[in-house]
Amino acid sequence: MEPTPTRAEPSNGTGTFQPKITAFVCNWCTYAGADLTGTSRIKYQSNVRVIRLPCTGRIDFMLLLKAFARGSDGIIVSGCHPNDCHYTSGNYHARRRWIVFRDLLEFTGIDLRRVTFAWVSAAEGAKWAELVDEVTNRVRELGPYREYQALLGAGIE
Amino acid sequence: MARIGVFVCHCGENIGGTVDCAQVAEAARSLRGVVHAVDYKYMCSDPGQNLLKEAIREKRLDGVVVAACSPRMHEPTFRAAAEEAGLNGYQCEMANVREHCSWVHEKANSTTAKAIDLVHIQVEKVKRDAPLHPIRVPVSRTALVLGGGIAGIQAALDIANAGNQVILLERSPSIGGHMSQLSETFPTLDCSQCILTPRMVEVARHPNVTLYTYSELEKLEGFIGNFKATIRRRARKLDEKICNGCGVCTQKCPVKKIPDEFNEGLSQRRAIYIPFPQAVPNKPVIDTANCTFFKNGKCRACEKLCAAKAIRLDQQDEIVVREVGAVVLATGFRTMGLERFPEYGYGRHPDLIDGLKFERLASASGPTAGVIRRPSDGKIPETVVFVACAGSRDEQKGVSYCSKICCMYTAKHAMLYRHKVHGGKAYVFYMDVRAAGKNYDEFVRRAVEEDGVKYVRGRVSRIYPDRGQLVVKGVDTLLGGEPLEIRADLVVLATAVQAQQGSEEMAQKLHVSYDNHRFFAEAHPKLRPVETNTAGIFLAGACQAPRDIPESVAQASGAAAKVCGLFSRPELTREPVVAVVDRQAPPVWSSCVGCFLCRSACPYQAIEEETIRTRKGEVVKTVARVNAGLCQGCGTCVATCRTKSIDLQGFTNEQLFAEVMAI
Repeated sequence: MEPTPTRAEPSNGTGTFQPKITAFVCNWCTYAGADLTGTSRIKYQSNVRVIRLPCTGRIDFMLLLKAFARGSDGIIVSGCHPNDCHYTSGNYHARRRWIVFRDLLEFTGIDLRRVTFAWVSAAEGAKWAELVDEVTNRVRELGPYREYQALLGAGIE
Repeated sequence: MARIGVFVCHCGENIGGTVDCAQVAEAARSLRGVVHAVDYKYMCSDPGQNLLKEAIREKRLDGVVVAACSPRMHEPTFRAAAEEAGLNGYQCEMANVREHCSWVHEKANSTTAKAIDLVHIQVEKVKRDAPLHPIRVPVSRTALVLGGGIAGIQAALDIANAGNQVILLERSPSIGGHMSQLSETFPTLDCSQCILTPRMVEVARHPNVTLYTYSELEKLEGFIGNFKATIRRRARKLDEKICNGCGVCTQKCPVKKIPDEFNEGLSQRRAIYIPFPQAVPNKPVIDTANCTFFKNGKCRACEKLCAAKAIRLDQQDEIVVREVGAVVLATGFRTMGLERFPEYGYGRHPDLIDGLKFERLASASGPTAGVIRRPSDGKIPETVVFVACAGSRDEQKGVSYCSKICCMYTAKHAMLYRHKVHGGKAYVFYMDVRAAGKNYDEFVRRAVEEDGVKYVRGRVSRIYPDRGQLVVKGVDTLLGGEPLEIRADLVVLATAVQAQQGSEEMAQKLHVSYDNHRFFAEAHPKLRPVETNTAGIFLAGACQAPRDIPESVAQASGAAAKVCGLFSRPELTREPVVAVVDRQAPPVWSSCVGCFLCRSACPYQAIEEETIRTRKGEVVKTVARVNAGLCQGCGTCVATCRTKSIDLQGFTNEQLFAEVMAI
């Protein structure tokens, strides 16, 4: 594997903890919604990194674990509202998979407060900003996700 | 080794004002595989695009990342530019540093750091981008139009006049739809049949149109450009080619007392009948549910009397399979049944009728020859009450929407009644008058001002019969909520427009989506109003939402234009973002184990079975295969696959994991 540059700690200069948030979003609703946040110039915290997928149904939940393994402190999964999926039913598959996966996460001892599953439509620019701020603040309170790194050290990934 | 170019756009001050673009380019240069990184004021401008093209040629780049606005904005622009420089367009990715970064964060180091991360993510993605080529599929230039109402007729004519073949399918024995039942049409008061029947004849005679009446769609398989429609042609029990439509059978049939559907039950028809005098095709049909022969095997009166010997009592339904390239859904609407109104006596009183019945009463071709007579005793009503919004905008009836056409047709009904019964009194109970349309409000004003129709703003709470009349209890909210009681001879309810019977099954047959009121859903409420989310299937008329005639016609022509656009090319090109199943050299052949979980996940029925055979023809195994014509590229199958044997081009597992690794 190629070595990746070491992560630059995002800092606002005040020295407070800046969590790393990874968002997995669908192209048609949440990505477009986040675009609308931009066009509406609604401000939110810059801790989030967005990974674009065609549909939440495309999300292999292993990606979430990989994101934690790479040092994400919080994760957002967001797609179209139920019934609004561009592909008719992809978000239902994602939701069902998430319900099962959540149990697995809980069983493995992963803090569920670090994973947020949400619906943000293409019209909900303000909601995206709220969501990111809410998740960022919550994860900031929780602090860095050192427990997962400890799990990794124990050979669990 | 990858040779990636990174181009950072300032977008004037839009990005440059918040993000240190030079620093982003600088940081990009240190990323592995990046051989070229620059920042520029406006990447989408001509000089900006030239910068990109020159770099691709000179530095022999095999992938580019443009850090600029949203890919939803300029991805096509930069992909086209890359193509011009000889790079595959799908090896160009965009990092969204404007909508997702500079516009939503303050100017700070952390914002520039985020932009760098976003570029890094895309660099990792583009390194793993395979050159993709648009998928080409042939198009069969025949359109299937479902529904022979005014929308279907218009769509069929427009498509056929452009030189394409059309199959027009109609469930009932004649085309014409609801419009053929109408008396006059708003806002011009011209006779509905006078303007419709020439169209009906034209479409039936058109050399490019195949008309299948009394037929239904059994199933639709395939994908855009290549659908296969299975059509059931129900048996009319006569040979249409021999029958000359003389109508002797329809006069001599001994079964007489069947409510006539065309006249909304206001008259009676025989068991062998022509739906209405101007029916197209003008051929009878035997109603086997009521015919004596089909009930107890005796009679055959029609067979004996038919001079042309056209009756075929042993005729069976015929299944026709046709290949079509596009489908126009124009299945229309129905109106809410009166049995849904307990407050108005469940519609049990014969003089409480709905708008369509009134249309038949007012129609010159109707059961009363255009004289308004009340159904119970045939008296000419002296007082008529029209109730608008009967069921519409009423959450309790499950209809939250406005039925749109009722305000106009109620004004028309009241006007027609006043024209025909000069001394009569017409009252209209309404919530609001919604008359938006060319000459529409003028029309309503004319009903009030010239024809003396009394408009009462308020709802009707109860209607009950009393001494041969109907008592209408309501309230006039403009007179301070004054209770009102009107003794009427006839009450007409403008019942809500609802989705057609069986529209849910139809939507499932065609894999198109529908809304919570069972109307078919358009692909985009504003920008793609005539398309469905299923490529190649279009919408026309009131099957999408309540519509009046001009709107239905306009939408039908819009759908027809879309179909003609589709047919104007010999081949279709589609985005190559589709799933593919792993195939490799023997002895593995494919890592797919054939569990077909992907098939249950696929919303498009794009997963097929493929049997892998050796050169000698021995079966190795059965694996999944993606039909690239059907696949829309959602990738739900990829996440479902247990063996990771299926992958989505453009969003491969490798790419997504690499993107996560870059964070």
